[in-house]
Amino acid sequence: MTAVAQDLPGVADATTDALLSVDGLRVEFGPADAPLVAVKDVGLTIAPGEIVGLIGESGSGKSLTCRSIMRLIGAPGRVTAGTVDFEGRDVLAMSSKELRDFRAHDVGMIYQDPFSSLNPVMRIGDHLRETLRANRGMSKAEARAEGIALLERVGIPDPERRYLSYPHELSGGMRQRVMIALATASRPRLLLADEPTTALDVTTQAQILDLLTDMRRELGMAVLVVSHDFGVIAQVCDRVCVMYGGHVVETGPVERIYADPQHPYTKALLDSVPDMESAGNPVRREGIPGYPPELTDVLPGCVFAPRCAHARPGCTSVPMVLQPVDAAAPDAGSTACPVRPFSVGGPFDPVAGSPPDPVAVPVSPQPAAATAAMTAAETAARAQTGDPGDLPAPGEARITQPTDQESTR
Amino acid sequence: MTGEPILHVEGVTKTFGMRRTLRERVGRAEAAEHRAVDDVSFTVGRGEILGLAGGSGSGKTTLARCLIRLVEPDSGAVRLGDDDVLAAKGADLRELRRRMQMVFQDPYASLNPRMTVGTALHEAGRVHRRPGSEDADRFVTELLARVHLSPTIAARRPRELSGGQRQRVAVARALAVGPEVLIADEAVSALDVSVQAQLLNLFLDLRDELGVAIVFVAHQLAVIAEVADRVAIMHQGRMVEIGDAGVVLRDPQHEYTRALLAAHPHPDPRGRAGVA
Repeated sequence: MTAVAQDLPGVADATTDALLSVDGLRVEFGPADAPLVAVKDVGLTIAPGEIVGLIGESGSGKSLTCRSIMRLIGAPGRVTAGTVDFEGRDVLAMSSKELRDFRAHDVGMIYQDPFSSLNPVMRIGDHLRETLRANRGMSKAEARAEGIALLERVGIPDPERRYLSYPHELSGGMRQRVMIALATASRPRLLLADEPTTALDVTTQAQILDLLTDMRRELGMAVLVVSHDFGVIAQVCDRVCVMYGGHVVETGPVERIYADPQHPYTKALLDSVPDMESAGNPVRREGIPGYPPELTDVLPGCVFAPRCAHARPGCTSVPMVLQPVDAAAPDAGSTACPVRPFSVGGPFDPVAGSPPDPVAVPVSPQPAAATAAMTAAETAARAQTGDPGDLPAPGEARITQPTDQESTR
Repeated sequence: MTGEPILHVEGVTKTFGMRRTLRERVGRAEAAEHRAVDDVSFTVGRGEILGLAGGSGSGKTTLARCLIRLVEPDSGAVRLGDDDVLAAKGADLRELRRRMQMVFQDPYASLNPRMTVGTALHEAGRVHRRPGSEDADRFVTELLARVHLSPTIAARRPRELSGGQRQRVAVARALAVGPEVLIADEAVSALDVSVQAQLLNLFLDLRDELGVAIVFVAHQLAVIAEVADRVAIMHQGRMVEIGDAGVVLRDPQHEYTRALLAAHPHPDPRGRAGVA
């Protein structure tokens, strides 16, 4: 399946000078003969100095994708397919020594809860000094000076005193700043931020987001921000990958995603975001009926089809493959919804492509007929690999449709 | 849509003692006190949603808990209709707590994991001898319909439900005893936005259909903007601003409210400031 994904244009926003490129990533849990697939054929690229957002609801696979980049998926989870390429090196194939080196020098990671990542009986300075001495081979005195400088750079007031503090003596925002100082101590070129501000107050959140933007500008560091909050993504990111049910359903520049979403899920997600403009005039939002799919749900075709307001008969047999939004503008990103624009048109025929609009046919360098053939070929390829998460045999197909959907108002 | 006031809060204050620092112990000084809620007064009308916002540590949760005496306030007065909540004891207090129900952020913590949803809902009605609770099936089915859940949910246990379903069940359990006031403490904060929107609609429905008053505590101003008729902003235990949602959130008078609004992450990327 990986080979198929690589041959398809636009799957991973093919950027030649990418710092990081993830391709065809698949993460499974459970028994090998009947796996629960949490991440399915996910691709994303990050250019040097770029801030990319990974947005999705709980269970969409965004955190697992982020952790796979550093090979932090613990048993029983496992990466069963795909590549993680960091500057030409395959992270998934690294030996433990190489991996240790990669984690120490090339990437940093911060988590939602900074308290659980700091040792409660070690002073802030000890954390920094240990990191600097191990990763950058500094002497004690050098490490102390650099540690204080790092604290100052992440905006901690009175850094010399804070260098001697214990984690519990700091507020949540200060702890997250310490985590950022630690994660960036060895000057990584990529910072993975998994829900970096979810546990923080809005005012603190704004400060941390500013800090990430500043550090990108000053250090040229690329950042992957994982969040469920489109507000957070919109404040800092250049590009966004939208995940749903283990798949990337849309990618593109944050402005385009916000102004002109090309996947029904992205549209519905944006429509659900609470808005200050409602103040004094509360309106009922439609939200998205039903609930996100569970890992055990096996959905044929498009994973979003059961909740999609624009679903049509062909949607249960389309492959989840990203196609460029606009063939003439590769930077505009790609979407997994083959019906474009998705809000108009009749029943969708997955083999012939979308009938109403010639531009809306899944675009690739090949003619449209070749595209259709390739789709069929891919279907066959998937059937051969026995991919139960994506394309079950007709008899096994099961859509879990919650019976308690709220009536749409 | 706002009826006569039902919940009156006057001058409620709650102070928590802090552990004495070494300096205070050596000097035999009194411990510094932390005023979690400081002289807060407001009213909520029937069929009104009052949004209570503020940063973490601003005292909004302590205030919400004081209203129902999960935390005993040091001073002040809380009245539900004509009844004094703070002076009530025994059966009177139980009756007042029936009339004021709370929904928490984590529905797991408020639902018994070993009871089916139906049993839990029926038990609440049976204990308070609610009319209609003699017929368990019908009582439960009606409650579930009220929160837009199918009757089949009744046979399930909390862990078999999704987060959104569980929170609906928690709301249904609060409704089982026929409350006049609902206190929702970050009730939608842990939910995904698509599910959150459904829950916010549910609170609007409850206000319109049952006429309950709702004190809606949330740290996200935009969530409050979606449901609240009036908004109160807490900062360091004090209520710094209260008024109609459209006025407070569009034309804030207090500088703390302005700071909160300025920090709110807007989903429109074009609006962001200072980004290269």
